[in-house]
Amino acid sequence: MGERMLLRGNEVIAEAAIRAGCQCYFAYPITPQAELLEHMAKNMPRLGRTFIQAESEIAAISMVYGAASVGVRTMTSSSSPGISLKQEGISYLAGSNLPAVIVNIVRGGPGLGDIAPAQSDYFQATKGGGHGDYHMIVLAPSTVPEAGELTMLAFDLADQYRTPVMILADGMLGQMMEPVELPEPIDVASLPAKEWATTGAKGRDPNVILSFDLDPEVLKRMNLALQKRYRQIEAKEVRYEEAATEDADILIAAYGTVARISKSVVRMARAEGIKLGLFRPITLWPFPYQPLKELADRVKTVLTVEMSAGQMWEDVRLGVAERANTPFYGEMGGVVPTPRRILSEVRKHAS
Amino acid sequence: MPVSTEKMVKVFGRPGSLTEARFTYCPGCHHGILTRIIAQTIDELGIVERTVGVAPVGCAVFAYLWYRCDVIQASHGRASAVATGVKRANPNLIVFAYQGDGDFASIGTAESIHAANRGENITVIFVNNQVYGMTGGEMAPTSLVGQKTTTTPDGRDPALFGYPIRFSEMIAQLDAPVYVTRQALYDTKRIMDATKAIKKAFTNQLEGKGYSLVEVLATCPTNWRMKPTEANKHVAEVVTKVFPLGDLIDRG
Ligand SMILES: Cc1ncc(C[n+]2csc(CCOP(=O)(O)OP(=O)(O)O)c2C)c(N)n1
Ligand code: SF4
Ligand SMILES: [Mg+2]
Repeated sequence: MGERMLLRGNEVIAEAAIRAGCQCYFAYPITPQAELLEHMAKNMPRLGRTFIQAESEIAAISMVYGAASVGVRTMTSSSSPGISLKQEGISYLAGSNLPAVIVNIVRGGPGLGDIAPAQSDYFQATKGGGHGDYHMIVLAPSTVPEAGELTMLAFDLADQYRTPVMILADGMLGQMMEPVELPEPIDVASLPAKEWATTGAKGRDPNVILSFDLDPEVLKRMNLALQKRYRQIEAKEVRYEEAATEDADILIAAYGTVARISKSVVRMARAEGIKLGLFRPITLWPFPYQPLKELADRVKTVLTVEMSAGQMWEDVRLGVAERANTPFYGEMGGVVPTPRRILSEVRKHAS
Repeated sequence: MPVSTEKMVKVFGRPGSLTEARFTYCPGCHHGILTRIIAQTIDELGIVERTVGVAPVGCAVFAYLWYRCDVIQASHGRASAVATGVKRANPNLIVFAYQGDGDFASIGTAESIHAANRGENITVIFVNNQVYGMTGGEMAPTSLVGQKTTTTPDGRDPALFGYPIRFSEMIAQLDAPVYVTRQALYDTKRIMDATKAIKKAFTNQLEGKGYSLVEVLATCPTNWRMKPTEANKHVAEVVTKVFPLGDLIDRG
């Protein structure tokens, strides 16, 4: 068992990445993920690993592309405006079948927005924010310890499926301090060899990393291979949490920080006799449509609560497929909904 | 007359670091000569098993077809950043980025300058043909004043589009780079000089000295609408006036 420490979400993600064997980290400063960068700046060189403060987010993700090509575990982190700049690189990572971890500590947008917590990058993260038919696995922690666990998992999933994986958190989670028991560092030497990596063509034919072919039939085959992998991920990697759903007749659907707040709302609602439960997607892509569908058969209402104008709400409605009512309550611009405010929304829909 | 091959010695052959694949370059294009020189250098240094090439977006996008070393195809302009990632992840690899003038000196300006400024221990080959070859001959940042391109049909007007950028001179202002040079390929002497420069740029990396940049003045006969011989003459007589040949820094 690892030691127990009081750490911020940003630090836990950084430390978990180190323990997951992240060999190269590249990033450009932005609030609210500065502690992540600082933790890496301090610790990566001490461990003989690579830290570069890149000249831009585009450069950082391109460095990730290079390091991933060589087969090492690699990560970048940023917040919303910086993640927009990384979309080119993420699309290339996906197209070239490269594993990498990208952390988005989401802040209010659009444009420069603000530095307060938000969930308004859900579409960008889950629907393929860059060009082309691709997806990333998107993991949404709701507590500081879970941020650490999902970061470790992100590296494994990235390698297993040769795909970029995003940790989608928000400024509140990034800044919040909680006691955490960090996992033991993995033994990097025990990881499976990456036969495809560009490590020098010694005793084998050259390896090539590319996302390109001018022949539409060939590019179609490359796309079909990606899609086949996405179907495997959808079949095997859906993760979610249910709380107090057994006897519920109304559910909150929420992820990340809002799901955490909603757990208090469940207690408050239950205290006044409302049978409220919580459905919390952990993988935002692949989205847990099926479990939500099954729950929707048993409840009257699924209230989506988000710090956005209703982005995950679209996936919730797809999952519920009109088996229940699907109202929405959202806050924007970095405003975090209070438990009271969510409770009053719940009351509106509780019969 | 039948020729006996018995006493012949092979003095010129296809470099072992080149595959059998045919170049996709137009006839007379200097990209082809340059690719061959790089392969020959890799042969001479005996590093094909530890070399990783980073290909640009541009006419050299197909580089992965021609080399017998590992190759990564980078996004447009980011080859120097990708090469940085490769070299930092595995410093035993010999990493070269091959970039056109649009790639290196326009869209990739930030990545190009900062890789040089960090003194990354990589070799960058910068192919200055004063035009966007792959997309059909648009203006490049290096296009000459008055040069007609598809996006400057009346010739490049500096009042509207500025002057040809001397990017290597900019990089030569930095403290970190070890070797910055401008070469050409318009005749045998220049080809031999360029070959020496490229070998030096790779050797610097092998010796851990740091960042080397070889700018190569190249032709694009197709988009210049010139015969290959005219294009060579144009480089020798016109282009070198704007982009003088020679070493800009050599701290090796
Ligand atoms: C992000 C992006 N923008 C634009 C393009 C289109 N594009 C492809 S190659 C190229 C210019 C290439 O010119 P240069 O780098 O000079 O190489 P050359 O073909 O002349 O060798 C452009 C603009 C692209 N592929 N990606
Ligand atoms: S378009 Fe120009 S640069 Fe491209 S291959 Fe043809 S001659 Fe060479
Ligand atoms: Mg060009």
